[in-house]
Amino acid sequence: MKHKSISYAKWGYIFIIPFFVAFILFNLIPLVSTFYNSLFENYKGRGGLVQVGPNFIGLDNFRTMFAPETELGKYFGNTFVLWILGFIPQIFFSLLFASWFTDLRMKLKTGAYKVIFYLPNVIMAAAMGMLFYTMFAQNGPINSIYMSITGKDSPYMFFDNVWSQRSVIAIINFLMWYGNTTIMLMAAINGVDPSLYESAQIDGATPSQTFWKITLPLIRPILLYVLITSLIGGLQMYDVPQIITKNGEQVQRTSMTVVMYLQKHLYSKNYGMAGALSVILFVVAAVLSLIVFYVTTEREPKKKVKKGGIK
Amino acid sequence: MANLKKLLAGAMALCMAGAMFASCGPEESKNDSKSGNTNAGTNDNKGGEEGGNEGGNEGGDAAGDLKEEKLPNIPQNVEGSDASKKVLKIYTWNDEFKSRLRAFYPEYDAEKSGYSIGADGADVVGEHEYLKDGTEIVWVTTPSADNAYQNKLDEDLAKQADSDDKIDMFLIEADYALKYVNGPYVKPVTDLGLTDADLADQYQYTKDIVTDSNGVLEGVSWQATPGLFAYRRDIAKEVLGTDDPTEVQAQLSDWDKFNEVAKKMKDAGYFMLSGYDDAYRTFSNNVSHAWVNSNYEIVVDDNLMKWVDQTKDYTDNGYNNGTSLWDDQWNADQSSAGKVFGFFYSTWGINFTLAGNAGDELQGQYAVCEGPQAYYWGGTWICAADGTDNPDTVADIMKALTCNKDIMLDITKKTQDYTNNKSAMEELAKDFSSEFLGGQNHIALFTAAAPNIDASKAGPYDQGLNESFQAAFKDYFLGSVDKETALQNFYKAAQEKYPDLKVAK
Repeated sequence: MKHKSISYAKWGYIFIIPFFVAFILFNLIPLVSTFYNSLFENYKGRGGLVQVGPNFIGLDNFRTMFAPETELGKYFGNTFVLWILGFIPQIFFSLLFASWFTDLRMKLKTGAYKVIFYLPNVIMAAAMGMLFYTMFAQNGPINSIYMSITGKDSPYMFFDNVWSQRSVIAIINFLMWYGNTTIMLMAAINGVDPSLYESAQIDGATPSQTFWKITLPLIRPILLYVLITSLIGGLQMYDVPQIITKNGEQVQRTSMTVVMYLQKHLYSKNYGMAGALSVILFVVAAVLSLIVFYVTTEREPKKKVKKGGIK
Repeated sequence: MANLKKLLAGAMALCMAGAMFASCGPEESKNDSKSGNTNAGTNDNKGGEEGGNEGGNEGGDAAGDLKEEKLPNIPQNVEGSDASKKVLKIYTWNDEFKSRLRAFYPEYDAEKSGYSIGADGADVVGEHEYLKDGTEIVWVTTPSADNAYQNKLDEDLAKQADSDDKIDMFLIEADYALKYVNGPYVKPVTDLGLTDADLADQYQYTKDIVTDSNGVLEGVSWQATPGLFAYRRDIAKEVLGTDDPTEVQAQLSDWDKFNEVAKKMKDAGYFMLSGYDDAYRTFSNNVSHAWVNSNYEIVVDDNLMKWVDQTKDYTDNGYNNGTSLWDDQWNADQSSAGKVFGFFYSTWGINFTLAGNAGDELQGQYAVCEGPQAYYWGGTWICAADGTDNPDTVADIMKALTCNKDIMLDITKKTQDYTNNKSAMEELAKDFSSEFLGGQNHIALFTAAAPNIDASKAGPYDQGLNESFQAAFKDYFLGSVDKETALQNFYKAAQEKYPDLKVAK
C-alpha cells in the first residue's frame, strides 16, 4: 500500500507529542488536582503558620459556595456587568472600523491604524489599570479638568461610586480589546467573496445595505466566535478591576469579579474553597467552550457545500 | 497505517493514564506528610482552645483575649551546608533595615560591598554585599502588600528544617509579630547569648510584643514607635491663633476639644484630617480587649466603633478630605498644596514619610504635639530564624543595632529615627532640635510618650483584621451601606482571610 504516507503520519504524531505533554503537565494534572482539592478542608490556620487539613469533607465546600450568604451570584453578576459594559462599545467600534477598513471604495491605507488600534493590547493590563487609576484619582488630571469645567471645588470620586467605577473598568477593557476584535473581523470580512459586493453594487445596493445584508450574515460565525471567546476571557477578568478597586472591597464589592473572589481565598491558602470555586468556574467556562465548538464546527459543512457549488 | 494509528493512540492513552496515576502518587505521599503536620496542627489548636476555655471560665462567662500557646520549635533535620554558613540570609519587606545595617553596623564591609549613598538619598551597593569577616549578605525582599511577605516567609520557614540553605534572620511588624513569636520558627534571643543586661535599656513594650506564651523573648527592635499629632504651623496660627505646641496641645487634649477644633478648621476652609483611617491607630491602640478572644471569635471593640462613629461624623461634616492611607491624594495633602491641618504619625512617619511629602516648601512648617490619646504605630523587630547557621553573626547584629547605646545615639542623630534605648533618648531629649519641625524638640515628646505605650492587646491576626475593618467601613462612611451591613461585610471578609476565626454571637 502507500508506504510513504505511513511514515509521514508517524511524524505527524511525533510532532504533536510536545503539545500533549505540555497539556497533561500544565492543564490536565492541575485540573484533576483542583477537582480533588475541592473535596477537602485544606487551609493555613493561625494566620498562615499551621496547616489545617486536608480533611475529606465531601461537597461541603460547594455547599458553602452556593449558600446564600456567600453571594456567589453577585460576583458572577459583577463579572457579567463589567464584561457587557466593555463588550458593547467594543463590538460596535470593531464592526464599524472593520467595515470601513475593508471597504474598497473608501481606499483607506489601514496599516498604521491596525498597529495603533492594537497597541493598547500590547500594554500589560495591570499597567493600564495603574494608568487609569492615576488619571481618574481624586487629584488626577480627569478631575482637574472636571473641576475647571464645572467650577466645583471638590473632585468627583470615580472610585467611590458604583457605576463610575464600573465604567472606568469597562473603558479599559474596551480600549484594550477593540483593536484585537477589529483585526479579527477584518479578516472575516476579507474572507467574503468580493463578487457578492460587486454584484450588489451593480444592482444599486447602498453601503449600509451591503453591510446589513451581506457582511453581517456572512461573518456571523466569526462574530459568534468573538462573542464567546470574549465572554470566556471576561469570565476570568482579574487584573484591571483588581487594581482599579484596590482588592475589590470598594463600594460594597460591586466590582469584584469571580476570579478576584477566588483570590480572596488564597490569603490563607484555602485550597478547598478556592478549588471548589475553580470547579464552578470551570463548568461555566466549559459550557461556553462547548458552544464555541458547535459554532465553529457548524461552519465547515457549509463551506464544503459552497466550494462544491463553485466547482 | 491503521495499525500504527491504533498503536500510537494506545500509547497516547497509556501516557495520559500513566500521568494521571503518576500525579496521584506524589499527591498521596504529599498528603501523608501534610496530614502528619496537620494532626499536630489541629491538636495544637485544640490545646489552645481548651486552654483558652479554661482561662475564660476563670474570668466568668466572657472569653478572655486570645493567648495562643507557643508551638514547639521543629528539630532541624539537616544542617546548613558550607555555602549556607558563609551566607547571611535575611528576609525583609522594604529597605529600612537594609539601610540601618549598611550605615550603622560596624562589621559591615562598605568597601567590599561598594556601598555609598546616592544623590537621591538612596543606598547604592554593588551586586554582592559582605560583612568584614567575609560573610555574604543575601536579602530576600518581598513587599508586604496583599500578605505577600508573610506568605513567602511562611513557605520558606516551613522548609527550613529540611533545607541546607538556612534562613538566618527575618523581620516582622507589630501587627503580626505574635504570629511568629508564638510560631515554631524563631530562635529565642537569650539562646543567642543576649543577656537581660544587654536589653535593660529597651522600652518594655518593645519586649512585650515579642514575648511568647512561655515568657521567652523572641525578637528585638532598634526603634520605639510612640505616636504624636503632627500639624501645620501656618494653619494653626491662622485658625487657633498660635502655633506653639503646648498651646495647641491644650486645645487638642481630648476628643471633644479635638472635634471643636475640627469644626473651626472646616469653617476656615481647612480639613482637620486627610482621610478616614488617619485617626484609626489612636483608637485601635486603646481598646479594652484584643481582636480575637480565646474561642477564636472576632470581637469588635467598643473603641473601634467609636472610631467608626467619629469618622462618620467627620465625613458627613466635611472635616476630612475623603482619602485613604497611602493614597496619592493623602500624600499630596501633606505637601504645601494640602489643606489639611494635621496627621497622626508615629516616629518613623515624621522623619521619613511626612518630611518626604512636605518637601522644601514646608520645611520648618510642621510641629508635633501629643494629641488627644497616646498610641503607637508600626515598628520592626528582628528575629533569628531557628536553625540559623550564623547564630553568632545574628547575635552580634542584634547587639550592635538594638543594644549598643553609641550606635543608637548615632542612628537618631543622623536619621531622626527614635531608637529603642531609654537612656540614650533621655540624654538626647535634653537638647534636641529638629530642623524639619522648626526647631522643636520632638524627641522630648517621644521620650514622654514611649513609656506609656501598652501593647498588651496586640494579636497575631491584627494586620488582616485592621485592613478588612477599614475597607468594610469605608462603604459606611461614603453612605452606601448602613453600619450593621458594613459590620457584616467586615466579618465576611475577615473569615475569608482567616477561615479558623469565628464570629462572636
